[in-house]
Amino acid sequence: MSLQRRFVRTVLGFGALTFVTLLLAPLVGPTPIDIRRVFDFSIPFADNTDAQIFFIARLPRTLAGATVGALFAAAGVVFQGLLRNALATPFTLGVSTGAALGAVLAISFNWSIAVLGISAVPVAAFAGSLAAVAIVYALAQARHRGLSTTVLLLAGVTMNAFFSAMILFVQYFASFADVYRTLRWLMGDLDISSYQPLVASVPAIAIAFAVFAWLARPLNLLSLGPESADSRGLDVTRAQRAAFLSASLATGAAVTIGGPIGFIGIIIPHLVRLLVGPDHRLVLPAAALFGAAFLVACDVVARTIFAPVELPVGIITAMIGGPFFLWLLIRRR
Amino acid sequence: MLSAAGVWFGYVEEKPVLRGVTISVPRGGLVGILGPNGSGKTTLLRLLAGTRHPQRGVVTLDGAPLSGLSRGALARRMAVVPQETQLAFDYTVAEVAMMGRYAHLGPFEIEGPSDIAVVDETLASTGTLHLKDRPFATLSGGEKQRVVIATALAQVFRVSSSLRLKAEATPPDPTGATHPDPCSFRLQPEDAAGYLLLDEPTASLDLGYQLEVAALLKRLHEERGVAIVISTHDLALAGSLCERVLLIRDGEVVAEGTADEALTPANVRKVYGVDVDIVRHASGRRVLVPTGRSEPGSA
Repeated sequence: MSLQRRFVRTVLGFGALTFVTLLLAPLVGPTPIDIRRVFDFSIPFADNTDAQIFFIARLPRTLAGATVGALFAAAGVVFQGLLRNALATPFTLGVSTGAALGAVLAISFNWSIAVLGISAVPVAAFAGSLAAVAIVYALAQARHRGLSTTVLLLAGVTMNAFFSAMILFVQYFASFADVYRTLRWLMGDLDISSYQPLVASVPAIAIAFAVFAWLARPLNLLSLGPESADSRGLDVTRAQRAAFLSASLATGAAVTIGGPIGFIGIIIPHLVRLLVGPDHRLVLPAAALFGAAFLVACDVVARTIFAPVELPVGIITAMIGGPFFLWLLIRRR
Repeated sequence: MLSAAGVWFGYVEEKPVLRGVTISVPRGGLVGILGPNGSGKTTLLRLLAGTRHPQRGVVTLDGAPLSGLSRGALARRMAVVPQETQLAFDYTVAEVAMMGRYAHLGPFEIEGPSDIAVVDETLASTGTLHLKDRPFATLSGGEKQRVVIATALAQVFRVSSSLRLKAEATPPDPTGATHPDPCSFRLQPEDAAGYLLLDEPTASLDLGYQLEVAALLKRLHEERGVAIVISTHDLALAGSLCERVLLIRDGEVVAEGTADEALTPANVRKVYGVDVDIVRHASGRRVLVPTGRSEPGSA
């Protein structure tokens, strides 16, 4: 089958799955809502609790889930292609721990700066992720022709450990209330209750996905190894830089919206590769769509399994993802 | 003609790996670069491939310095075959071979019928077409190397514009095969001519696969006019395969000429520090028999 046809099939198939999930998810929850009442605009919004639940609580949450799921899954694909390691995740290179440190600082020191109407915690989280990216990138660039993926990996892992230590350090002196807020943030949660964070992240997401689209074929070539990719006519250094920066941007945006929700970036790329094969031109769009559907579905579980208590979705993805990761490890001989 | 004139290169500037090497590979030639480990063979290949640039001297392709050619233009003229290829993901043989067409496509262009026909043709010419849908990782060492050679051939394959048009005008086959019969693309020798640079292509293979790959290279060279540069420390392979050989030691050329001219006991002692006797086998081929170790460099 030609690639065009496989591409159309893949996008339509995964697109339908995502579409249906997004359609159904906001209707499910501990409080039953009536879809006709939601869209009955003759009732004033202030009196229409069904519409309030739908438009203020569930719809932004579903959209956040879809956005974050798509970003983590696609960023996972790109990081795995860049590092030529199928076990890499969007968190491997320290981006999310940098974001976490930013968030923890903002919570513990009660920062109240707001940019573009966004409160301090997400702003600090995004700034933290950018700082982590800058440090890791500078280390991998230094004393190397191009970008050294070995240094990238080691620097990322080291920065993860270092930022974690900083988080513990800040937490040690923080009040119990702040420690609790931090812990909740670290669990990953999609309860954003507003459209503002999504709107603000549109530019970062647009840039990241545009670069991903260009990267699909270079990532295929990188799979051969940098030297071979180079002799096939690929500018390896440029592709590696683009991959690292765009995937980091996507990860930073996703962590800023939903916190460090684990395992999406590894489960989804793997399942997708099993279904459509390794060609990144199919894997990237499929992973983004499937990641969106998967995280929204996990969030429905998180919202309903112990209703009326709503679990942070990060707990659900980790409980599915941990065993899945181990299964992968064993399956790969 | 691919040639390097007096090239110097060091990964660290003060420690040159190549010191003024001159080599030329004519169109359709078959040249072997011989030398012990660490003599600079791989580095010389990298310079010839344009993936590294000399610090002194110049590498030219048909008179034009490589540094002035775009990455894509270079990749369409010559392809590198590494000693081993390890893939990060489970691509099929056809997908790996298609990666050779990268330099022929625009940033968002999808490979068309002519690219598919080229890949089928090069897989057929390396005897790997039947493996097309197999995962690359499941192949034997020899099969992998043949597929990588097919990829390299697909990379330097130039489909002339009329052929390309003809291919794309062919309506899709209703049976499901979307590409035309590769045989309708039988190409002229000048269309296929390009340079393959192979870095110790047989070093990690056992004897059977070594012979298989050597025979394939000889056939591609003779039947399709592909120019081949091969780096190796296998004197027997070079002696039986190459039209000309270049012996290098410590980044300097020790001898250059036909295998008969260059592979003399004196030169072998100079380069490898091994005493050899040269015997003629019943088949007419020359065989080097090592008889002892001496100091490299002594005459």
